[in-house]
Amino acid sequence: MTKQTADANIDHLPEARVERKRGRTVPAVWLIPIIAALVGGWLVVKGILEKGPTITVTFKNAEALEAGKTKITYKNVDVGEVKSIKLSPDREGIVVTAELVKDAASYLVADTRFWVVRPRIAGGQVSGLGTLFSGAYIGMDIGKSATEQREFVGLEVAPIVTADVPGRHFVLHAETSGALQIGSPVYFRQEAVGTVVAHELNKDGRGVTFNVFINAPYDRYVTSDARFWNSSGIDVSLDAGGIKVDTQSIAAILIGGIAFESLQGSTNQAPASEDQEFFLANTRAEAMKRQDVMSRPFVLHFAKSLRGLSVGAPVEFRGIVVGEVKSLNVEIDDSFTSIRFPVYVDIYPRRLLNLVRGEGPTMAMDEASLRTRWNGMVAKGLRGQLQAGNLLTGQLYIGVDFFPDVPAAHIDWANTPPDFPTISGGFEEFEGTLSSIVKKIDSMPLNDIAADVRHNLKALNRTLDSADRFIRGMDQVSPTAKSALDEARKTLKLAERTLSTDSPVQYELQETLRELGKTAQSLRLLTDYLERHPESVIRGKKDGDR
Amino acid sequence: MNQRPMTARQLGLCACHTCGLLSKWERGHVDLTCPRCRSHLHLRKPDSIARTWAFLIASYLLFLPANLLPIMHTNSLFGAQSDTIMSGIVYLWVSGSWHLALVVFIASILVPSAKLLALTFLAVSVQKRSQWDPIQRTNMYRIVELVGRWSMLDIFVVSVLVALVQLQSLATIRAGHGAVAFGAVVVLTMFAAMEFDPRLIWDPQDDAS
Ligand SMILES: [Zn+2]
Repeated sequence: MTKQTADANIDHLPEARVERKRGRTVPAVWLIPIIAALVGGWLVVKGILEKGPTITVTFKNAEALEAGKTKITYKNVDVGEVKSIKLSPDREGIVVTAELVKDAASYLVADTRFWVVRPRIAGGQVSGLGTLFSGAYIGMDIGKSATEQREFVGLEVAPIVTADVPGRHFVLHAETSGALQIGSPVYFRQEAVGTVVAHELNKDGRGVTFNVFINAPYDRYVTSDARFWNSSGIDVSLDAGGIKVDTQSIAAILIGGIAFESLQGSTNQAPASEDQEFFLANTRAEAMKRQDVMSRPFVLHFAKSLRGLSVGAPVEFRGIVVGEVKSLNVEIDDSFTSIRFPVYVDIYPRRLLNLVRGEGPTMAMDEASLRTRWNGMVAKGLRGQLQAGNLLTGQLYIGVDFFPDVPAAHIDWANTPPDFPTISGGFEEFEGTLSSIVKKIDSMPLNDIAADVRHNLKALNRTLDSADRFIRGMDQVSPTAKSALDEARKTLKLAERTLSTDSPVQYELQETLRELGKTAQSLRLLTDYLERHPESVIRGKKDGDR
Repeated sequence: MNQRPMTARQLGLCACHTCGLLSKWERGHVDLTCPRCRSHLHLRKPDSIARTWAFLIASYLLFLPANLLPIMHTNSLFGAQSDTIMSGIVYLWVSGSWHLALVVFIASILVPSAKLLALTFLAVSVQKRSQWDPIQRTNMYRIVELVGRWSMLDIFVVSVLVALVQLQSLATIRAGHGAVAFGAVVVLTMFAAMEFDPRLIWDPQDDAS
């Protein structure tokens, strides 16, 4: 295109139309940054608002935990996420910092608990299998406390019972933990109604304390005099009714179990209060026998040998068991002149005091009134005494009874355990008498007597001979007298035969006595053996055992 | 021709954006319409700098949440996580895909911020009627416009993933708030570039001659 044509074309161009002037307005385009500011602000505010509370939980180790991935769940709902994992300042564990959802603030109270859920096989139960696929997560149990908290110490194992499960906790004291472990079931009439949630050795090393949780509504069957016993294993008992086998379930045999029942005919059937303490007996029979949780230790000092008295032997008041022998000992004083035999017993005061007419379990049981009662009874002559339980087996037991004429004594409360007065007698006395008889027999001049007797017999013989001659001399005088003498001679001969050692009567008597002795001995062997091998009642005697 | 080239504005001419008709205009008049199709006639895009600024400011406002808020929430067998653009890049980098990390970094962080800075520079220089190297600035504008539509890589990846990986129980992916902000930034910078009239770069030269 040349310049000319361009110029020419410009001349021919149309004029643009002039519009009427529009008023200047704020350009609508400025709305855009305003909207952007609003949107951006809203996004940021929303981000901040959605940010929930941050907590820290301390665990022993960080196994299976991962920052930015591990979730915190409550009832399988994700309520938070682990943000970072650091070594704790004391290097004892790790500190997990986690951010929870906004609503979670109210869950974070003092008794809220956290634990790591990993696949776990324990207590006969498999748990957390889902975590094999999803990875571990942190479980949470919301507490009931009102105090807010942001720093927690994580549990090493998942709690068996979470705070939202209705029911009650009880405390059981036992001598050994047996097969029981966390998660072992608690049975009521062979129904699993609870679980063992914790157990630990007592601080003093004597016994084990269990914490059991009984689910509602079964917790109301735990009455204040409920009896708990360890139902792990098989309880075989032999009584007049035959052999009785008592077990709760296969699970109880495998992983242990506890059973409980309320005492039949008891007046105290009110539901037990939370955390009430009970004794955990080893067998049902023991549980039913044991009247009291409250036992009072005493020591009884005896002067004579305790042979025949064993741990577990009863303390009886006229046939009623009021206690149990816990241990035996020997004490020799420094000068080796006197030997004492202390017997440590547990007496269940409620049992003994319940025997007092007109007073029931309602009676005050505080320490002061208890001591007053004990002191009163001792003043009336209550004493402990070693008594023979079974002459055949030689078992002894401790009897307590009132002896009105004994010299005054008192319980030495200053001693631990208190020293309970004793008297000799009972078996001791019997033994004493026996030995004094033996002594007397011993001290008899038997040989002299025997010589005398022989001498007298010879004399008698001579007398008889001379009498014989004399009688023969006067045969005709008195035939009647002669026949009387003959009779007397015959009788004497018979008596002689009877008394001679090889006479049949003597032999039979000895034989009977020997048999009796053998029977007694084998009976004692049998009881000994049964005591050591109770299972032989079922399995029979093993060849190796003798 | 030795003569300095003339622009349409200097000749008092204006082309219609709609029908292409060239028409004469009188100085002093601002509101003109095309004699043939009645479209509004503009010598330069009206309020170009102001509009560019508006979009730029909006972009800046959203650039922060775009980079700070998570762009993607994933929930899979391997756990759940929320990724911001930067954490995604870091993840790619430490997991060994450094080349992918580089691509995402360039497309999602470097380019958008470079674009914002370039547009800001152009807007400022035009407003101050700077006469500095108009060729360079024009090139800069050209690159900004060209690159604009390719900076949606993150949004693209997120939308493809969200569409593909809805295997529900196995994995779920949700776009986060950051994605909204990021998409808005990309769109707003495109608008800012669109509103910018590159002829304004040259106007001070013409006026000075
Ligand atoms: Zn037109």
